[in-house]
Formats: sequence, structure tokens, C-alpha cells
Amino acid sequence: MESTAHAFPANAARALTDADLQSALAQLQTGFPAKRAAAAARMPEFERLRDAARDIKDHTLAHLDHYLERYTRAVEASGGQVHWCATAEDARQAVLAICRNAGARTVTKGKSMVAEEIALNPYLAAAGITPVETDLGEYIIQLADEPPSHVIAPAMHKTKDQVSDLFLAHHAKLGKTRRLTEPPELIAEARDVLRERFIKADVGITGANMLIAETGTSIIVTNEGNGDLTQVLPKVHIVLATLEKLVPTLEDAATVLRVLARSGTGQEFSAYTTLSAGPRRPGDADGPVEYHVVLLDGGRSQMLAGEFRAMLRCIRCGACMNQCPVFAAVGGHAYGWVYVGPMGAVLTPLLAGVAEARHLPNASTFCGACESVCPMRIPLPALMRRLREAAFDAGLPPATERSGLALWAALARAPGLYRLGARIGARLLARLGGRAARLRRLPLARGWTGTRDLPAPEGDTFQDLWRERRRARP
Amino acid sequence: MTPPRVGFFVTCLVDLFRPTVGFAAIKLLEDAGCVVEVPELQTCCGQPAYNSGDRASAQTIARRVINAFEGFDYVVAPSGSCGGMMAKHFPALLAGDPVWTARAASHARRSFELVSFLVDVMRLTRVAARFPATVTYHDSCSGLRELNVHDQPRKLLATVAGLTLRELPRADVCCGFGGTFCVKYPEVSTKIVAQKADDVVGTGADTLLAGDMGCLLNMAGRLSRQGARVKVRHVAEVLAGMTDRPAIGQGEAD
Repeated sequence: MESTAHAFPANAARALTDADLQSALAQLQTGFPAKRAAAAARMPEFERLRDAARDIKDHTLAHLDHYLERYTRAVEASGGQVHWCATAEDARQAVLAICRNAGARTVTKGKSMVAEEIALNPYLAAAGITPVETDLGEYIIQLADEPPSHVIAPAMHKTKDQVSDLFLAHHAKLGKTRRLTEPPELIAEARDVLRERFIKADVGITGANMLIAETGTSIIVTNEGNGDLTQVLPKVHIVLATLEKLVPTLEDAATVLRVLARSGTGQEFSAYTTLSAGPRRPGDADGPVEYHVVLLDGGRSQMLAGEFRAMLRCIRCGACMNQCPVFAAVGGHAYGWVYVGPMGAVLTPLLAGVAEARHLPNASTFCGACESVCPMRIPLPALMRRLREAAFDAGLPPATERSGLALWAALARAPGLYRLGARIGARLLARLGGRAARLRRLPLARGWTGTRDLPAPEGDTFQDLWRERRRARP
Repeated sequence: MTPPRVGFFVTCLVDLFRPTVGFAAIKLLEDAGCVVEVPELQTCCGQPAYNSGDRASAQTIARRVINAFEGFDYVVAPSGSCGGMMAKHFPALLAGDPVWTARAASHARRSFELVSFLVDVMRLTRVAARFPATVTYHDSCSGLRELNVHDQPRKLLATVAGLTLRELPRADVCCGFGGTFCVKYPEVSTKIVAQKADDVVGTGADTLLAGDMGCLLNMAGRLSRQGARVKVRHVAEVLAGMTDRPAIGQGEAD
């Protein structure tokens, strides 16, 4: 999708006045974080599991070439094909070629962030192939023609009323002309509509939560079972994944799974954990005839080689955004691209460019809540700081910000001048504060005083008062 | 036993806005048996540069801070944010430089946030202060997550005569200050602090306490703009019994 990350301030301002979005966000704040905390508390070894999960990924990333080859051999041994793709365009073409080869008219899709990343749906649609999202949240935003606003709850920004309207607008032509208002009815209708699509689909595309090098297996976790139908019913199954999804063994995958759902939704385990490993074998009751893995680099090998390697540990659980005060204020769309919240604030500048996305790592209070819950212990604030440095070194912040910072830094290096400046500032602000001892307006500080009073200083600086006291009582 | 020599790191915001907090902190340190000095060469810990991506300036400032506090047994700041900067970030900032790596590590080991220093290092178990009020307490992020400041202020507040602590829901959620964040993204910051202010008002407490001047200015400024009558003070003022001055952002008349 086209990035609007450069417009974060405007995106955020719009989000802050969107009443429906704000009510959805308020619910998120009281839901996922408490469930995650409870799930972690129920498991005494949770912190050790986080260490173990991190170590598994670090090990895999350190030997990624080895595990990629091993994975590829295992997939090929079971009759599947691996398509190595350097860029998003390569991946789109690979998917399209497989679809064309299968004579596909419709494809069903399990939830895939990589498909969002490479904007697969519009590409397939332009080529005359109809993509159908089958995860309920993804289905809703596909009808609304919107990007996901959360990695595990893509339609969290939609209210029930909006879903009712969407379903009526899109399902009326299928003879479903009653506007439904209760969630069970809405879900039943979506299931009914999608069941037909599952059966008719020529190709099923899923993402992958993990790829297992030892066995060539891909794992997806869902709560709706839509992934199973996507990958089992059509005659062709495409797994679309990026390099960093590799783990060495099934046992390693089990360790990661134990922290994944707990961190994201607070579930012990997702309702469905589905493994696929190649096409239907003789004697199998079902399964696809063709099995393809479209394996995308898409900037990952560059991350692997540099100081942002830790970001490749991310398992897309959503814990960081669930805990983030900025995400809770503005939601996912304000971030302007596929990946949102703290993980998006690191990934988007790395994948879409620092110039495009410099706001995202800056729009963080560095409160550290994200890092404190990240199951893979990714130092998200530290990575955001490195991206701020990259933006600063590239001269991207506005001139006023840079000159203000330079002036302050010069003062901070000159204690005598600094004390003088502080003395003048403290006295001036104290005088402006007057008897109320606070300022309601201050030129050049509207960012603060537009919505907050500025408490006035006491009048003298501590340094001056301390020196006086030392003179009086040496 | 020779009393520990503490170099007091004032912090730029206490220096400029609220000297009372500095004097309260020094009283607490001296009462706990420390000899306190305030090095004149200090200015700021360098976070505005560090968090704005200006690594070179942050490094220069960090080296100056380390020089200014050479030789003290401890470096104590009435702030988890500046304390965390020195204790956790200086080593990362100066890593790779053979001379400064060791000096940054030594400085980091000696650096503490005030209240956790009093409780964890000086083994303070009670204070001789009186504050007849219902208070609530906000856990500032850096102190909480970088330095594990959580139980220490509560322990000492429990010994303040007349004080009742009413816990703040979501006390561990950021107040939206975030240093320069609050003026770079004022609308987002406002949304976060408005939620915090509502939570504070909801407790029914008459005073809000916290351990960081930045968060306190932000929350006090928002509370008064919303017309809330909650008073806001640094926790050191209450622990030191230095609450004669009007609260933050309050005139004599309030």
C-alpha cells in the first residue's frame, strides 16, 4: 500500500477527532493488556520462555543461510516449490504466475501481513483475479477498502454499526437484504458468504507465523479456522512469507507459540494452530495438489546485516501496540503504512525509508511499555532512537527544531552561560506567571500552552539559591 | 563509618522550575546520613539531544557530566528519567571509546534516582514528615521501567503522618510528557495526559505525587487547564516535610 507515514501529524490529528475510532481504542486499552498480564502471571516460567524464544530467533538469524537452505530442501523433498524473491515486485509476480498457471479466477486468503506489505490484493485484482480475505477482520476491511489498523485485530477501528452497514451494502446482491445488528448474526452471515468462496477458490494464499527448517513445515495460528479452509480446499496453496519467519525445529516453534498468543491476545494458545508441509500425498484425504512457498527478502537481509537485526525477531503478536500510549491515542491508521504501533515505528522507516517515515520513531514518549511486554525482548525504544539518529544525521528534522536543539546543546556545554540563561528564564517565566503562578499562553510554546497551562517557576534557580545558602552557611 | 559523599544532580527542570524539590532532596539525603555536594559544572543529563537523534552532542554532554561527578561515592538525582539516563544510557552512549567506556560504567554504577537510593542503598525505612491529605501516585516511566522504582516511594509515603495513599488506576501508563515529544506532537501528548488527568481526578485524591519534574509539569498543567483542583507535588517535597510552598502551578491564592 501507498505510505502516508510522512503525514503522521495530520493523520494523528484526524484520528483524535474520530469518535468511533476513539471508542474502539478505549476498549482495546482495557482488553488486551489486562489479558496479557493475566496470561503471563498464570505461567511461572513466562519470563524464561521469553528468553528462550529470543535466543531461538537470534540463533536462527545468525545462521539464516543454513536454515534457509535446509528449509528449501525439506519443502522440495515433500514435493513443494520455494520461490525466492528479492523484492515486493518479484513476490507479486511469483504469486501471479502461480495463479495464472492454475487458471485461477478467485483466490482465498488467510491473514497475511506480508500480503499487505506487498499490496497483493490490488495487484491480483488488476490482473483479473479476485482475492477474497477470509479472516473476519480482514474481510471487513477488504469490504471497506481500508488497510489493517492492528497486526492481530485488523478491523479493531470498525464499530459494530459500521460492520452492519458494510455487510448490507456488499451482501445485498447475494440476496441478504436484512440489516443485521447482533454480532452472532453478522458472524453467521460472513461465514455463510465465505463458505461459498472457500469452495470456489482456485488458489489459497496464507501467510506463515513460522517456517520450520527441519521439516519444511509452515505454521499459521488463527482463531477462526479460516486458514485451514484456505490452505486445504483449493488445488493450489501458496505460503507467502518473509525470511525471518524461519526457526530450526518443531520444538523451537512450540516455544515461540507458547509466548505468541499469551503476549498478543492473552490466550494460552490460539484456537487453531495449523501446520502445512507440502502438497497432498498419495492416500491423503485432502490437501492441495500444488504447494508453493513465495519467500520474500524485501529488505530483511539488509536488516540482518546491520544494527537493526533484533527487529527480525518480531513475531507480529501485537503486544507492543496493545500497551503503547501513542497507539492508544491515535490507532493504527495514523502510522500510515502496514505495520503500526512501536513495531511499525521501527519497521516502516527500515522498509519504506527514514525520509518517508521519520515521524514514526519520533512520535514515541520512550515510555518503554512496548519493550517491557515484547515476548522477543526487542529493544524497541533503542531501535527507535537509532532511527531518530539516522533522521538527524540525514538533516531531516525541520530547521527550527535543529537550531533550537543546537542552541540548547551549546548552552549545556557551557555551565556559566547555562546558569545565566536558566536564571533569566526562571525569572522571566515567574514574572509572566504572576500571582496565579502559571501561564495560559506563551509565544513559541503553543504546543504546550494550547492545551495545558505552564506551571511558572518559583523565581530563582536552584543553583543560585544553593550558592547563596553555601555563602551564608559555609 | 565515613558517611557516603553524594554528588547531587539537580536536573535542569528542578533547577529552573522548582528549587524546593532540590532542597527537599538534599534534606532527605542529609537526614539519611549522606554528605551532599552540588557540583557547579552540571547542566543537564543530555536527554534532549540523545532523544532527538543528536548523538554527538549527547556524548559531549555525558562526558561533561561524568567529569563533574568524578570522585563521588554516589550520584543522586530527584528524577528517574535523568537517573536512568546516567545509570542505563551513558554506558551505551559512550560504548566503543576505550577511556570513556570504563568511566561511563563507573558513573552508571554510582548513579541513582533519589527515592530508590534512600530505600535501597541508605536503607531508609521511614521519614519524619507530616502531610494530612489523600494523595495518589503516578509511576514515571523511566524510573519504573529502567530503575524499578515502584515500591520504594510507597514504602516511605506509608510512614508520612496523616497521609492516605489512594492508588491511581493505570499508574504505570505514561503521562504523555516524553521530553520534546510533548511539543513535537502536542495533540497526541494532550490526548494521553487528558486521560491521565481524568484518572487522577477519578481517585478523589487531593494531591498527585510523582518523582519526575517533567511528568509533574505536564500533569499539573493539564489538570489546571481542565479546571481540576488537584494539587501536584514532587514526592520529595512530601517526604521531606517541605510542603509550605504552594503546589506546582498554584499561586498563593489557590
